[in-house]
Amino acid sequence: MSTATTTPSAGVTSVGTAHRNWSTPMVLAVLALVALLGFAIGSPSATARFRISTDHDAIKVPDVMLGTTLVGWIGAILLLGLAAYSFRLTSRRATAPKWLVPAFAAIWVIAFLVWVIGSANNPNVYFSGLIAGSFTLAIPLIFGSLSGVLCERTGVINIAIEGQLLAGAFGAAVVGSITQSLLAGVLAAVVASMLVSAVLAVFSIKYMVNQIIVGVVLNVLVAGLTSFLFSTVMKADTALFNSPPSFHNIRIPGLADIPVFGPIFFDQTILGYGMYVAVFLVWFGLFKTRWGLRVRAVGEHPQAADTVGIRVKAIRFSNVLLAGVVAGLGGAFFTLVTSSSFSKEMTAGQGFIALAAMIFGRWNPIGAFFASLLFGFSLNLSFVLSILGTPVPNQFMQMLPYIVTIFAVAGLAGKSRPPASNGVAYVKE
Amino acid sequence: MNDPVDGPGPGPVAPDSETPAGEPGSIPGGADAGNSPAQLAEASGPDPQASLMTRITTGNGMVSVLAILLSLIVGAILIAATDERVTEASSYFFARPMDLLGAVWTSVSEAYVALFRSSIFNTQADGFANAIYPLTETLTDATPLILAGLGVALAFRASLFNIGGQGQIIVGALLAGWVGFTLDLPAGIHLILAMVAGIIGGALWGGIAGVLKARRGAHEVIVTIMLNYIALYFLLYLLTTPGFQRPGSNNPISPNIDSSAAYPLIFGSGFRLHYGFVVALAAVAFVWWLLNRSTTGFELRAVGANPLAARTAGINVSKAYITAMVVAGALAGLAGTAQISGTERALSSDIAASFGFDAITVALLGRSKPMGTLFAGLLFGALRAGGVGMQSNTGIPIDIVLVVQSFIVLFIAAPPLVQAIFRINTGKKKSKTTTARTAGTGGAA
Repeated sequence: MSTATTTPSAGVTSVGTAHRNWSTPMVLAVLALVALLGFAIGSPSATARFRISTDHDAIKVPDVMLGTTLVGWIGAILLLGLAAYSFRLTSRRATAPKWLVPAFAAIWVIAFLVWVIGSANNPNVYFSGLIAGSFTLAIPLIFGSLSGVLCERTGVINIAIEGQLLAGAFGAAVVGSITQSLLAGVLAAVVASMLVSAVLAVFSIKYMVNQIIVGVVLNVLVAGLTSFLFSTVMKADTALFNSPPSFHNIRIPGLADIPVFGPIFFDQTILGYGMYVAVFLVWFGLFKTRWGLRVRAVGEHPQAADTVGIRVKAIRFSNVLLAGVVAGLGGAFFTLVTSSSFSKEMTAGQGFIALAAMIFGRWNPIGAFFASLLFGFSLNLSFVLSILGTPVPNQFMQMLPYIVTIFAVAGLAGKSRPPASNGVAYVKE
Repeated sequence: MNDPVDGPGPGPVAPDSETPAGEPGSIPGGADAGNSPAQLAEASGPDPQASLMTRITTGNGMVSVLAILLSLIVGAILIAATDERVTEASSYFFARPMDLLGAVWTSVSEAYVALFRSSIFNTQADGFANAIYPLTETLTDATPLILAGLGVALAFRASLFNIGGQGQIIVGALLAGWVGFTLDLPAGIHLILAMVAGIIGGALWGGIAGVLKARRGAHEVIVTIMLNYIALYFLLYLLTTPGFQRPGSNNPISPNIDSSAAYPLIFGSGFRLHYGFVVALAAVAFVWWLLNRSTTGFELRAVGANPLAARTAGINVSKAYITAMVVAGALAGLAGTAQISGTERALSSDIAASFGFDAITVALLGRSKPMGTLFAGLLFGALRAGGVGMQSNTGIPIDIVLVVQSFIVLFIAAPPLVQAIFRINTGKKKSKTTTARTAGTGGAA
């Protein structure tokens, strides 16, 4: 996943790797203290009730009742233990095992969830629904972050995920509405998103314009164009241009009744199932095939790749276009699944959360998948919590993806390192 | 076009600054490019922005003008294509082709005349004051654009991408607003304190990105994007708390600031133009002095041109990154103050509008120079003010302004494109020689 090459620029900006890096244990310790003070000592002494099944489910699972005090204390002690372990490892200059940070995060999230539900005015939540909703919110994020992974693994920074998603959503709405065909809608979304990709590719690879500038400008351009066309063309004839058909869930009988896991794996739309396939294909392609090796070589060291006969610019071009295809599917999800029509700037910053997920997932499709799920979960939790009435303002829950990402890029919770040639235009010598 | 102080810059210029068609403006640094192996190594090195900086700061003025022209043409095409009268006329195009042309002309000219009348000079108004009212609106809209644009431009010169104008404006406005509606101070002092609060707010928010970049190597683009959203959600949260929400209101809006904390109006109550615009002009002069006449500015530009060379020359690169982001944030914070103490007078979720993002395009169009940013800010202020008038007079959505703005930047960012469209072939000869030279050294190295 991470090959240890240091770029010359790293020497200018980042601290040397020779000395001990105390930031991870420090951050873990602070979070463990928060857990101790908030979830254990500050426990509301209530019982959080997690409903797993509804009355008409085929398989009934009893509700899970968790005492906030008990869970708070167990969680806090485990977290403090892990933080201490991390301090010990760092003082011995040992590398932390891979499970440490994820395990810490998982325990923290569980302790937080029990505490926050327990503190709510109505301390009971439909857990399966919470998880299923998180998946629905996460699907466009996952497509978006896969688009980012495909671009950035070849060394092209993709800030334009937001624009790709928005263009996809627009394309799907217009063509889906005119043809009343789901397939045509999805194809249009893919084409629209690929157009954005094509501009990004031409400007950043052919004209060697700075990739960040192109990305930023593309987002503005797509927002402006779609809003303009929405206000002029779409509003004039909503029935013709803005009433696309919707995908229906395909329920796999039997399996879909499994509590919690049934709805997320076996009761999805085609795009939902497609998301799992896409994550697998991108992961398999990047890490198990010859094509993937070439892509990663171009992203890490284009000169070396060129020397062995890999066509750097062609690979970059095709990957950026491919990223457009993937992001287009995510865009289609907005207008063909979650909403029944297009509206102005309807992606509302999801593209940037997808960018964050890609970074937090360390430029790895599987990592991006789980990061998107986490962000989808925090988004959904913010909605659920605002209904339940809890002490945590939902704006803070919505901030979470962004804060977590800053921590990730600042190397405060493990290292998150981009491909070495990311953002550098390639000039053949 | 080029300040003498800019010169070739202290660092070598990466050969990839040579655009395929050979950009005439980029000669000062570009002509030497590819001469030494060290510079060749630089091409593969981690410093794509050195070339960007050269390209941004040494572009051709002609390209800017042509880019604006082309973008207005693109806008015209969009306006015409979505106009019903044009669609109607095109249905019988072969019978009466002139009808279509006429319809296109009416549609486009109506739009652009409305744009002009609402941004520069209203020819239909009675009385001089009413006639120049649009111009004062342009200056009002330009104020935050210029200030935030200066912030982006300054960071650009240190090769930092400050995408965080939006967040810095919000935090600046937040603090300035709090001072404005909470404290009770005599006029003058109150306004100055509000300005200081705005500066501190923006500087803090920009500084976070600077510190994380300098100390932890965190990419400032990612950090500033994330900080934008954090600032927005923080503002949304505060607007639901008793300290910030207007008493008796359920809407997310703060109380009005005291008049003692407001910028005085320049032309009286009939116009919205306030002294924040004068602050913006002063900021232009300050940034010019800072970049071109001060040691700090020299260090920023040196780091921007080539951080490795700057470090070798004894410049503290980390400090330069932090300084650049703090000052950039402070300027955006002033833009926030202009919004809260000048135009809006109360905090709402829309306090920053899209000024933070527009500031990026302003800085790019202004080639990251103070004077350039001033003019670009005025142009985009005019587009914004004119867009509002155009929308209310002709029904053309203001979003067209976003399209025109982004096309301007795209065309400017890729000069070869504009040159190809207009067949400017001044660079042809040079491009041949540079390719030959690069190829030669490439073989030698």
